[in-house]
Amino acid sequence: MLAYLVRRLLYALPILIGVNVITFALFFIVNTPDDMARMQLGVKRVTPEAIDKWKAQRGYDKPLFINAAASGSAVFTDTIFFSKSARMFAGDFGRAEDGRDIAREISSRMGPSLAIALPTFILGLLVTVSFALMLTFFRASYLDFWGVVLCVALMSISGLFYIIGGQFLISKMWKLVPISGYGGGLDAWKFVILPVLIGVISGIGSSTRWYRTIFLEEISRDYVRTARAKGLSELAVLFRHVLRNAMIPILTGVVVVIPLLFMGSLLTESFFGIPGLGSYTIDAINAQDFAVVRAMVFIGSVLYILGLILTDLSYTFVDPRIRFN
Amino acid sequence: MPAFRLALRPLLLLLSLLSLLFLLAACSSEQNDPYPQAERGENILYAAFTERPKHLDPVQSYSEDEITFTAQIYEPPLQYHYLKRPYTLIPATSESVPVPRYYDAEGRELPADAPAAEIARSVYDIRIRPGIRYQPHPAFATDAAGQSVYGELDAEKLRGIEVIADFAETGSRELVADDYIYQIKRLAHPRLHSPIFSMMSERIIGLPELGAALHEEAKKLPSEAWLDLDRFPLTGVTRLDRYSYRIELRGKYPQFPYWLAMPFFAPVPREVDRFYSMPGMADKNLTLDWYPVGTGPFMLTRNDPNSRMVLERNPNFHGESYPCVGEAGDEAAGLLADCGKALPFIDKAVFSREKEAIPYWNKFLQGYYDASGISSDSFDQAVRLGGGGDVSLTDEMREKGIRLLTSVRPSVFYMGFNMLDPVVGGLSEQATRLRQALSIAIDQEEFISIFMNGRGIAATSPLPPGIFGYLEGEEGNNPVVYDWVDGRPRRKSIEVAKKLLAEAGWPNGRNAKTGEPLVLSLDTTSGGMGEKSRLDWLTRQFAKLDIQLLVRSTDFNRFQEKIRKGAVQLYYLGWNADYPDPENFLFLLDGTDGKVAVGGENASNYANAEYDRLFERMKNMESDGPRGAERLAIIRQAIALLQHDAPWIFGFHPKSYTLGHDWLHNRKSTDVGNNILKYQRIDVAERERLRQQWNEPVLWPLLVALLLLVAVVLPAAIGYRRRERGTAR
Repeated sequence: MLAYLVRRLLYALPILIGVNVITFALFFIVNTPDDMARMQLGVKRVTPEAIDKWKAQRGYDKPLFINAAASGSAVFTDTIFFSKSARMFAGDFGRAEDGRDIAREISSRMGPSLAIALPTFILGLLVTVSFALMLTFFRASYLDFWGVVLCVALMSISGLFYIIGGQFLISKMWKLVPISGYGGGLDAWKFVILPVLIGVISGIGSSTRWYRTIFLEEISRDYVRTARAKGLSELAVLFRHVLRNAMIPILTGVVVVIPLLFMGSLLTESFFGIPGLGSYTIDAINAQDFAVVRAMVFIGSVLYILGLILTDLSYTFVDPRIRFN
Repeated sequence: MPAFRLALRPLLLLLSLLSLLFLLAACSSEQNDPYPQAERGENILYAAFTERPKHLDPVQSYSEDEITFTAQIYEPPLQYHYLKRPYTLIPATSESVPVPRYYDAEGRELPADAPAAEIARSVYDIRIRPGIRYQPHPAFATDAAGQSVYGELDAEKLRGIEVIADFAETGSRELVADDYIYQIKRLAHPRLHSPIFSMMSERIIGLPELGAALHEEAKKLPSEAWLDLDRFPLTGVTRLDRYSYRIELRGKYPQFPYWLAMPFFAPVPREVDRFYSMPGMADKNLTLDWYPVGTGPFMLTRNDPNSRMVLERNPNFHGESYPCVGEAGDEAAGLLADCGKALPFIDKAVFSREKEAIPYWNKFLQGYYDASGISSDSFDQAVRLGGGGDVSLTDEMREKGIRLLTSVRPSVFYMGFNMLDPVVGGLSEQATRLRQALSIAIDQEEFISIFMNGRGIAATSPLPPGIFGYLEGEEGNNPVVYDWVDGRPRRKSIEVAKKLLAEAGWPNGRNAKTGEPLVLSLDTTSGGMGEKSRLDWLTRQFAKLDIQLLVRSTDFNRFQEKIRKGAVQLYYLGWNADYPDPENFLFLLDGTDGKVAVGGENASNYANAEYDRLFERMKNMESDGPRGAERLAIIRQAIALLQHDAPWIFGFHPKSYTLGHDWLHNRKSTDVGNNILKYQRIDVAERERLRQQWNEPVLWPLLVALLLLVAVVLPAAIGYRRRERGTAR
């Protein structure tokens, strides 16, 4: 397994370099260093000299990828790409264009993001798997029919509608929790409950239908018939046998997103005023802060690769026949 | 049946959790209160901010998002009178508003009314009041021997310190003239990129030389090493004594006192700059850019621009009293009721970040913000427009005791012509008539009505109301665009515009010689909902003259680049005043400040020698005093030229609408003075009472939700039992 892990990690390196090159190229196709300087220096009374000074101070006065004026390795190293991207592989994200240390910002914003994403993920998984198993149990009955209708209805509604509707009903009309905001410590619960509830409900439709399909496929297998023939109750069959055997497709979809929970949700955090990493990314895009955008894309890529490796590892736990070779 | 319980467990868990939390919410009123319980009943003002401030260093901070905070913390020598209109400068930390003395090239003092051409130097002597002290801050902490406690810090000593409040020791000291001088030097700091350095270099004697010297010195030092500005002289700014300093300017610049009311000229003590420059501080985000230090009525005690910013009363504030005079109507509005009382009234101001308009608006209605603007989404809910254009609050707002404040902002929005363009530019009679025709055809009143909910007034010149030179009534009419009929301006008919267009050589929108249609391109920054309908409307306005409009939407940076290169034909822009003087608007059309020629602010590249001559005279005159009338006459001539040449299609001056709860007192619209927090007063008991009344939780939906869940689970349970007990099929 160790060899497999090392191999996968080595594969990750060119992927990360590729992601960095693409992010860099896309960003600088849209934004020139002059644009970035203007965005940081403001609109009023900005002179060309001030822009040149800003670029020189931050190293944006160099060529993007190749420095034809340099010699030796400096042709590649004395460029914006190398000076801004290489150190990220050592975990140094540097400073945002406003001077704030990116690593500190990320560490301080991770908590609020996780406070929303983690309960949403766990509760959502429990609810949708249970609901899907229930529909499977009552398959071909009116409960199954109306359950599927409900799922289709739920998945047809835009995520934004859930947010605005939830805020309108629960916070504005019924005044049960604050409409937006975030508080640390024990105060956090009242800010977290609404986004979590909305996150869970908005995910029920699509996830339940997906899991139901998996369970229905599994329930027609021979081992299920054998289990029933042994006299096991239907729910025991579902939970002990069907669920366990349906874990591979479920894990494929689930484990890969676990590391990405750190990244937060762009829409939810924005509407609920949660100071997490999702809103950090959006702010950085709006502010054309390349340092932050680059760091967040890099972290996202690392976490995604980590999620894929974890998914592979999780297969060995649910299916002992799988071995890494 | 253990398996069934297992299946239901997550659902029951969710159900229990929700019930528990909602029941917790139901235990008392105001469970939707977004603030900690401990803050209830406290003398705190609650407000919101949408954009996170980028800079709180007074040398860099320039935007409205930033000055909301810096203006409460930093004290420049001057400030605007809170109530008087037109805006009037009064002392803040200075003893008086400085009166300049003028000198010729030989150093001879000149009289106050000397011609600007003879004035080589203007000298401003500023004396600050003794006894003003800074807020408590670790940079001022000293030991028994008078040595700085945190004089030498490094990464090791900073272990365990994450925010400024983690420093155990704090101190304070008296404000002195050197602090102001130090800050003026910081304008030239090569790493701080002050937006006004370039502009002030043309004015303050010695500032360009200081900038060059600092630039050279910075190149020799490591990138984050401290630059001790005291080692570098600034010839135009000198210390007279402990409390007095002198600023010398090139030539005459009567607008300079307005700059002395901005945070750019607020004091920054050398030891504070040194403190924040120590190794390891920037790595912990401990910088002056994020932890300002001032003498103002408030100090920033929590800086989390992602979530919440907290300003608390500065215990060392020197004291100030509420004004006793204002403009007509202030007394009736209750704005003089606190005359002479000590400022500030509130103990603390909590600013929460609200990125979205809906939560912001609803929290205001629930009483969790003391004041709010009105977004277009909530306009109809808040405001009712009468037939005559009069504005009033809706019944819902009135029932809540909400008050509406309106004011015309010192801003102008316009569609500019690129005067270098061969079709629409130049001062030829043909091109001028083409621009005049378009000025008539684009119905600004309709635009304001449709797209701005009536929140603006059509502009007839660059000057908005409240700025010296703005004229009301027929005097202020733009005769090129409006006829004056029955005491009101009436936009000229489209036939007049068509006639002008024909005279311009484009009858019916076609070239009189070649018959080719006239196609004009408009560059604009794309963005926001409703953009398409606005552009469609604009296309229809051009179509009235059979002119085809080609809209080229782009992002702001591309747009700026095109403007800079003169690669536009028509463009949309706006300008917010830095200070309430006509020079700050009319300079936007100064021919010597063309965007393409010198990278200046004249984006239309308008160049009319007569206008430039008038502008040059006008900008060196004061609005008050014996030459005020002469200045006004010059402004009228200049505006008449602009109306004739039409380098801009004058758009509108936006109106700001602000809502305030009944418990918020002393709120007056002000768009120039920003240090308004100290004047605000809160009736805390009334706020508590109304918040409680407005935020009683509604519990019946919880019961309905529980019943619905039971209605789902119960048939499932019954079905399961029936199926398990049934015979095999």
